[in-house]
Amino acid sequence: METLFSQTTEAIRREAKDLLESGKVAAFLGFVKGSLPTVTRPFVARTPEETDKLVWNGLCVMNLANYLPGLLKSLEPPRRPGEPPPEGPLPRVGVIATGCWSRNMVIQIQENQMDRERLVILGVDSHGMIDRRKLEVLAGGREIQSLEETDERVIISGRDFKMETARQEVLRDNCLTCVHPSPVILDKKIGPTVPERRVHEPFARIEEIERMDAGSRWAWFQEEIATCIRCYACRNACPLCYCPTCFVDDSHPQWVGKSIDKTDTATFHILRAYHCAGRCTDCGACESACPMGIKMRLFTRKLQKDCLELFASEPGLDLNSPLPLTTYQPEDPDTFIIAGSKKQGTQGGSEK
Amino acid sequence: MDSASDKDQKWEPKIIAFLCNWCSYAGADLAGVSRFQYPPNIRIIRVPCSGRVSANMILDALKAGADGILVSGCHPGDCHYISGNLYARRRFALLKNLLEFIGIEPERINFSWISASEGEQFAELVREVTTRIKTVGPARHLVKEIG
Repeated sequence: METLFSQTTEAIRREAKDLLESGKVAAFLGFVKGSLPTVTRPFVARTPEETDKLVWNGLCVMNLANYLPGLLKSLEPPRRPGEPPPEGPLPRVGVIATGCWSRNMVIQIQENQMDRERLVILGVDSHGMIDRRKLEVLAGGREIQSLEETDERVIISGRDFKMETARQEVLRDNCLTCVHPSPVILDKKIGPTVPERRVHEPFARIEEIERMDAGSRWAWFQEEIATCIRCYACRNACPLCYCPTCFVDDSHPQWVGKSIDKTDTATFHILRAYHCAGRCTDCGACESACPMGIKMRLFTRKLQKDCLELFASEPGLDLNSPLPLTTYQPEDPDTFIIAGSKKQGTQGGSEK
Repeated sequence: MDSASDKDQKWEPKIIAFLCNWCSYAGADLAGVSRFQYPPNIRIIRVPCSGRVSANMILDALKAGADGILVSGCHPGDCHYISGNLYARRRFALLKNLLEFIGIEPERINFSWISASEGEQFAELVREVTTRIKTVGPARHLVKEIG
């Protein structure tokens, strides 16, 4: 059956094949089917033939921006540290980008992790991606053996059941509150345009938590992260986490213990979220990658809300506007600062 | 039970104060040489700039058993490095809100601007911060019991 997804899949295969055949790109980054019907796998096609395997559907949950800096680096000719890059253009990579992924690419370009010139971006408007866990709940613990997807419906079936549901019902939480489905940087648009969404109360869940008292918030936080096994899948899936040595791997000083001690787990989650402050685009890869179903996106979502409210800033929408924590305004909010008894200097000080 | 309440009565908060070298540390020094009295609960760590203080350090102090944190730098516009404290201000605003969001009492995490000439204000600030932290009692969240 012809669906939006099958059409887009065809278009992506065609474009990727063209790009690889013409030699415009050395590799094309997309998705192929995974080992389970509810999972897809990021894939690097390096020959025109391999592009026949590419797919596009609602299960493409991992953020492709995450793999770009490493892939681009691997395509450069090997050289010693400090040695300048060779003359002439370096090999390029083709990639699929939805709204949030393209914003992550913008951030990586702004943070000098990669070069816009080396990317060929096929822009696809996101229709929202499916939450595998919501499907599992729907199946009631039975094994899902096949999945079909139309523009509006999802049909799952197993040995002795077949169920159908509206796509909207099984979308990921971050896709339900997404307002930027269209890519912000792209070289070629694929598929139809999805209008900018208007989401009623995009931060409803965050506001709900904020209304609780401190004790209940702590209880909520502890319960949320209680099952964490510290596999760092959320970190590895995140396109913002590219430090050569992550703070969790530092041993001197050791910011976070290696155990699954409560405090260490809490510290990890606070700092992981905080390192994404003013950079997170709410792509939801962390939650999708989590084997334990922890909703760690709520922590970054809170930071996103504050960035918007305090600094009127949404990261990654524009290559030329700086990320909120790499800039400042003299009149930034400072009501949280206690400056001794006289509260002096908070107004006059900036005039110097 | 008695011993616990005894312990609570005797409890004095430990406060880690990150003070910038150029303003707040000098302010603390001025408070000292001017003989302004302030509670002995703070342990001062001198940092080059309030912009040097990262969330890692603040959480590390809490993990090691600090009951409260004070970060103090130059007034906006007076930073020795021109704008270190202004970048820091954005970061602290987000960090304070995030810690509050996950249930840390807001009284524990304090930020202030103290200049090198504000010895009296520094003493007053430490009194204020110590009182604030005393109202919320010993820290229990984010303290690592076995190290």
